[in-house]
Amino acid sequence: MFKAIVTVMFKKSVLDPQGAAVERALKSHGRSGLVSVRVGKVIELIMDAPNEAAVEAQAAEWADKLLANPIMENYTVKVEKLS
Amino acid sequence: MTNRVKTAIIVFPGSNCDRDCARGWQAATGEAADFVWHKESSIPDYDLIIIPGGFSFGDYLRCGAIARYSPVMNEVARQARAGRRVLGICNGFQILTEAHLLPGALLRNRDLLFICGDVYLRVENNRTDFTSAYQQGQTVRYPIAHGEGGYTISPAGLKKLEDDDRIIFRYCDAEGRVAPDSAPNGSLDNIAGIINDEGNILGLMPHPERLAEKALGGEDGRGMFQSIFQAVIGRGGL
Repeated sequence: MFKAIVTVMFKKSVLDPQGAAVERALKSHGRSGLVSVRVGKVIELIMDAPNEAAVEAQAAEWADKLLANPIMENYTVKVEKLS
Repeated sequence: MTNRVKTAIIVFPGSNCDRDCARGWQAATGEAADFVWHKESSIPDYDLIIIPGGFSFGDYLRCGAIARYSPVMNEVARQARAGRRVLGICNGFQILTEAHLLPGALLRNRDLLFICGDVYLRVENNRTDFTSAYQQGQTVRYPIAHGEGGYTISPAGLKKLEDDDRIIFRYCDAEGRVAPDSAPNGSLDNIAGIINDEGNILGLMPHPERLAEKALGGEDGRGMFQSIFQAVIGRGGL
């Protein structure tokens, strides 16, 4: 069994009003080195598959089709083996 | 009585403007529309397919992202390719962009608020099947009710929309002036509605069906339904 972690973030060129709101909130607690904030999504897929490469390929296909919208978002896939 | 314009309104789990659309369509044209459940994988040919507003599938993941894979969407795409008219209102617009039947995407409103109220729109192009009943440059009042209505598209995509005159509605003030602060949701270039290259698919965030009768406080929305009706009748069907 594997866990695929799909992280979906807005593209840099896309306005992220939620990130901007969180950034303002954090800065109101004192700046302490904060430069910027972006807010995205994490989607965990538990998968039964022969190997990590197969899991990664399947997760990427689903991300392209449904989990992310390539017009406004980018995604990354990380695969972990579950013991 | 048979309807002269065959009209379907697609219903998803979470659609909530389907009946309003039927009522608005009837108020403007005197004709009835069929309701079509999203699970249908084969439907008759229609002159007009309306994808109504609401919160299909609870707006989970992204607005319209799950609805666009409903079985009926293959039929919507097929009929759209055949030149039949498709109108997406609010969540319907979001579904059409997710389905790549219209370009671009709808983002969270700039101020993170769900905005419900009347807005003014400038009719930027009345030479379409959806807007011919309006004057070019006319200011109309339609209600909006959305949390994700900020239109976005790549710079190249925006240029193409502008060059091809496919931005059909822009948010403006009561005097018809298009200024950045007249887009309540932060929409790129004040875009409220666009049309596809072939001119048979229109998507917009505001709701024409909600102001299509005097009793509702305004009739500006009637023009859209009357335009479509005339376009179909004038061409004897398709």
